Amino acid sequence: MTYEILIAGFGGQGVMSMGMLLTYAGMLEGKYVSWIPSYGPEQRGGTANCAVVISDEEIGSPVVTEPTIAVIMNLPSLDKFEPTVSSGGKIFVNSSLIAKDVSRSDLLITKVPANDIAGELGADRIANMVMLGAVLAETRVVSEESIIESLKAVLPPHRHNLIPLNRDALERGKALVLAKE
Amino acid sequence: MANETVLMKGNEVIGEAAVRAGCRYFFGYPITPQNELPAYMAKRLPEVQGVFVQAESETAAINMVYGASGAGARVMTSSSSPGISLKQEGISYLAGAELPAVIVNMMRGGPGLGTIQPSQSDYFQATKGGGHGDYNMVVLAPASVQELADLTMDAFDIADKYRNPVMVLGDGVLGQMMEPVAFKERQSAEFVKDWATTGKQGRSKPNLINSLYLDPEKSAEHNEELHAKYMTMAKNEVRYEVKNLEDAEVVLVAYGMMARITSSVMNKAREKGMKVGLIRPISVWPFPDEAFEMALPQAKAFLTVEMSKGQMVEDVRLAVNGRAPVYFYGRTGGVIPSPQEVMEQLEAVYAKVQGGEA
Repeated sequence: MTYEILIAGFGGQGVMSMGMLLTYAGMLEGKYVSWIPSYGPEQRGGTANCAVVISDEEIGSPVVTEPTIAVIMNLPSLDKFEPTVSSGGKIFVNSSLIAKDVSRSDLLITKVPANDIAGELGADRIANMVMLGAVLAETRVVSEESIIESLKAVLPPHRHNLIPLNRDALERGKALVLAKE
Repeated sequence: MANETVLMKGNEVIGEAAVRAGCRYFFGYPITPQNELPAYMAKRLPEVQGVFVQAESETAAINMVYGASGAGARVMTSSSSPGISLKQEGISYLAGAELPAVIVNMMRGGPGLGTIQPSQSDYFQATKGGGHGDYNMVVLAPASVQELADLTMDAFDIADKYRNPVMVLGDGVLGQMMEPVAFKERQSAEFVKDWATTGKQGRSKPNLINSLYLDPEKSAEHNEELHAKYMTMAKNEVRYEVKNLEDAEVVLVAYGMMARITSSVMNKAREKGMKVGLIRPISVWPFPDEAFEMALPQAKAFLTVEMSKGQMVEDVRLAVNGRAPVYFYGRTGGVIPSPQEVMEQLEAVYAKVQGGEA
């Protein structure tokens, strides 16, 4: 099984971190993994995306041109990447910021009001983790526990107090998908 | 973290591998997409009593490399395409004075300032002598983050073994990407640098590091000696990977990041029943001619894929030497050929082979 994941949004939405956590978690689960950022000249505020491949087999191309999973955090990213998603693929849309509907009928669409839920949790910055929780529940690409283990590994010890909030955010995203089923 | 697998960015992996290979001096000047490497060295080298200097220019940096190498140190510099152009004079001097050094080029699109996006358009510059004079250097082209670690370490040994600069030739994607990497424990050979300018140490004459030979006969003699050394390097330092050559009718040829993409295409083609193989040069100088001898009894055509308008393809044509048609596909300007595009090209070549046209 090979997951080709594209995550896109604007700078500061935690797009790169989401990708890195997935990659790290995949590595912890013994999978082959790769992570590539789009790197533009802009430092912050510009559009950002990263490509993650998680596979049971050695990874050929780490460049993802037809993602099987697309995680879309803002409108420009939907316009840019919706046409590229592999037919039958899964698309996750941050409906807090994107009013537009996905026009393709050959994709499994999950709308996640990520910023609204993050606001309820009292931290708008955690919207990426709400989204990630939905992605994990829908795709099972890696386990939630692996994501938490990855957080422990990448966060410095004095930031470990943030792990419960991250877990809550993942749970809220997951609950959204489970309620849909 | 001896053999522990860690997730790291390609550029940082080069830095850590260099430190583990005994590199204690780094001189550089910033340029995207390789800035994570000097940034890593700025932080890491002081921890091992090393020295990091951000020079005032690329020209200054390569000449600092010359100085440190002349004093017997393991030393590295890195840059991306426009900056590597500025270093060419220094690289030629390193070759002329027979000084070991490792130079990293994480290629971006050119010519001129070009773009910060990835490219493979410095192949000619790297392999055919970007600087002046008759010289060669081993050029290693990694295709994964793990290989960035392994080949960077190898590069230091090769440089010391032949007293010659060695280039690690990557691209922007390779430098920016993260993959798991394990730094392999290795026993580096001990190199006695009795030629270094470290004081007379009891000898009657001081050592001299120089590339100036005004007497034509002496200069010719120096060139002959260098040439003999390059021929030894060419014989000993060939590296490549081949896949599915046994029955391949069409052989893809690509290096670095493009080899990863063409490898995916090859796998998809084989699922469709197409007899396709892959040659991946790891040393692009010396070029792995022998891999083509392995392919040629069966191969009816070659398809070279690069992020350039066609540079390595010239070495492929020299290796094949008219015994089969050599096709080319490339994109430039920071555009990475997609697996779908490469597949279309491959299918067109394959159809010609099947139709007896190729």
